[in-house]
Amino acid sequence: MRTERQFSRPIGRLQVDVDAIAECRALAADISAPVDELARSRTTVSLERACLRLVGVDGVEGEGTEAVPIPNRVVDEVRSAVGLECGVLIPFFHAVESGCGDIPSAARAVSSGECRPEWPEGLDLDLATERARKEAGIAVDLIASAATQRAEVIERVGDAPKPWLYLIVATGNIHEDIPQAVAAARNGCDIIAVIRSTGQSLLDYVPYGATTDGFAGTYATQENFRLMRAALDEVGEELGRYIRLTNYASGLCMPEIAAMAAMERLDMMLNDCMYGIIFRDINMQRTFVDQNFSRMVHSLAGIIINTGEDNYLTTANAVDSAHTVLASQFLNERLALSAGLKAEQMGLGHAFEIDPSVPDQIMLEIAHAQLVRECFPDAPLKYMPPTKHMTGNIFQGFLYDGMFNLVGALTGQDIILLGMLTEGIHTPFLSDRDLALENAGYVFGGATALAGELRFEAGGLVERRANQVLEETRQMLHKVADIGMFAAIEAGMFADTVRTPEGGKGLDGVIERAGGYVNPIEDELKTRVGVK
Amino acid sequence: MPAIKPYGDSTDDGLVQVSFTLPIGESERARQSALKFAESMGLQRAQVQHMKAMGPDFTFFVVYGASIHTVDPDDIEIDERDFPQLTSQEINRMIRETLKRQLVVVGACTGTDAHTVGLDAILSMKGYAGDKGLEYFGEMRVLNLGSQVTPEEVVTVVRDEQADAVLISQVVTQRDAHIVHLEQVRDALEAAGLRDRVVLIGGGPRFSAEQAAELGYDRIFGRATKPSDVASYLTWAVTERAKAHEPEAAPAS
Repeated sequence: MRTERQFSRPIGRLQVDVDAIAECRALAADISAPVDELARSRTTVSLERACLRLVGVDGVEGEGTEAVPIPNRVVDEVRSAVGLECGVLIPFFHAVESGCGDIPSAARAVSSGECRPEWPEGLDLDLATERARKEAGIAVDLIASAATQRAEVIERVGDAPKPWLYLIVATGNIHEDIPQAVAAARNGCDIIAVIRSTGQSLLDYVPYGATTDGFAGTYATQENFRLMRAALDEVGEELGRYIRLTNYASGLCMPEIAAMAAMERLDMMLNDCMYGIIFRDINMQRTFVDQNFSRMVHSLAGIIINTGEDNYLTTANAVDSAHTVLASQFLNERLALSAGLKAEQMGLGHAFEIDPSVPDQIMLEIAHAQLVRECFPDAPLKYMPPTKHMTGNIFQGFLYDGMFNLVGALTGQDIILLGMLTEGIHTPFLSDRDLALENAGYVFGGATALAGELRFEAGGLVERRANQVLEETRQMLHKVADIGMFAAIEAGMFADTVRTPEGGKGLDGVIERAGGYVNPIEDELKTRVGVK
Repeated sequence: MPAIKPYGDSTDDGLVQVSFTLPIGESERARQSALKFAESMGLQRAQVQHMKAMGPDFTFFVVYGASIHTVDPDDIEIDERDFPQLTSQEINRMIRETLKRQLVVVGACTGTDAHTVGLDAILSMKGYAGDKGLEYFGEMRVLNLGSQVTPEEVVTVVRDEQADAVLISQVVTQRDAHIVHLEQVRDALEAAGLRDRVVLIGGGPRFSAEQAAELGYDRIFGRATKPSDVASYLTWAVTERAKAHEPEAAPAS
């Protein structure tokens, strides 16, 4: 049974070097300035498709495996007819205004080749611009309504006490995911994440409709979002506790998935400024442009982003590389601020991945988790359970997960991904999730309030370790600042992975903006979220 | 050796523990169903030690019982390790002395899976579980092609770089895709006439070593493989092959 857990964020428990923290923030600002500039000077096919989706372009042309989403068709047609240097919206709304029908009909007409896109002149340009502005206003209102609707539902139903327990479903079939998610919510879970089908991050389109054929995960589609949202709203009403829904705004279609998430009132989205570059070999220009737009959408929709720093520790030694997590968090924070996200929307990620055979392992984990807590006092931190040292010994693994929960409780982590005792063996059994909730219910029920009473000894191991990681972070950010973000990625400074500005997937979808680039949705978003 | 049974706390008690979920709501009928199921698995005197409802339609059980089955370890054929475990110094020395050049390794994840975690664990300098990856060995040249590579791309790189060995990794799979992907690479190498020039290795959590023969691979590595296992095998296999192909030294006159 759930109890009110008396959650509080323990801040000021470690004597950390506050000047070093301030210096890290200043360095992150310097490092990310060229990224912001890149986002202002480029657009991408996915960003333009996201804008079309937001004004109501949807559906597919063709059937089965031949089906192509209409937003892709329209962007491709506009690109081949007049280019995308000035954006897709003006040529599209010119088609709408010049007799191709309403928005869905015009989209079909452009898609089928019946209506050839043109860049309008004179009065036609004024008409198209006026219509685009009007529809952009409606679209941005729609994004903003996600935040107000969520607040209304939470007001009526009640919110989940923190920490929020987060579980993953991944059957590949949305109709199978839903009963599993509902069962998890009934057993105490607060957040459901639907893992995406393997390889979706590298698709340059978003699949359509309800899907049943995902590989090791379920396709992120707008209909799948809608179905899961409805089911979680229903069970949330029953439980008197709002159940949050999570998906992934990452990969080649990051902005479109962000837009779909806003339209279907998802609550949290995995959205990292560099993950796609490093771990999926997606072109860095594409990623940086897309993450900026996606984050503005998330900001206005009241969505909490989840960043992917835990991934740095699954590939590297979690002690030696602890500072790479913190460095990336400072960069993710800075780039989130540049897109108008508030601190309370920054679910900065980290993980419990130290080799259990390392002496004082649990103290080191506490040092890392508490350091992150001290550096980001207002962020809803996302804490990831052990994966790398889960060996198949499920009994020992269950204990690691319990210790992970304990460290999470002691350091006031807000969002707790639940560890599975069968991690690394198979996708979780129904019973694995239930056992994970039982484990977490026990630890958080018994230890959450302890965070408020705990102090660390001055000069002790935890404090010394935290300051050492902070110092290594400062040094790393200095090195990145010295050569610049793009060169640093090219030099393999993040996760030992070398990526070049012209390499990776999706570069052909990056377009330099002309002086006459028009995007009233982006303009309106910037105004509302306070981005210049 | 005589046939043996599981050991709980005394010889031949045959005691095992199992846990499973039945798609039926928690009830006496559910408990009896679990016991009956345990009996069908060959468990005598089964006892449900823990029964818990997971929602209205499922029940989780922890069951103990004494198995009626035995196993004779001598009846089992196993593939004992046939290559030596080598240190990094030995690996570098063997390659230097036998090949007199770097050993060229091409690694790739083929098919739709974007997970390079297994491939990177074996190849990257960082390695895995405290073991350095193949990039760490000065006498190896590693070409990590990453994910979603086609069999044709593998063939091209093998030919252009005169590779000695090919590693194909498959992590996430469904409907035996991991097997099909390995077969595709083997077929492409055969079609290009390159199969016999390379040591061909497959790896991933769903494979077992016994699958090598049916897949036409020189070696398959399954779960819990460390980079040093692969490095040792590769060095042994490539250098053995090089020695076999060396022309007989002319007799001293």
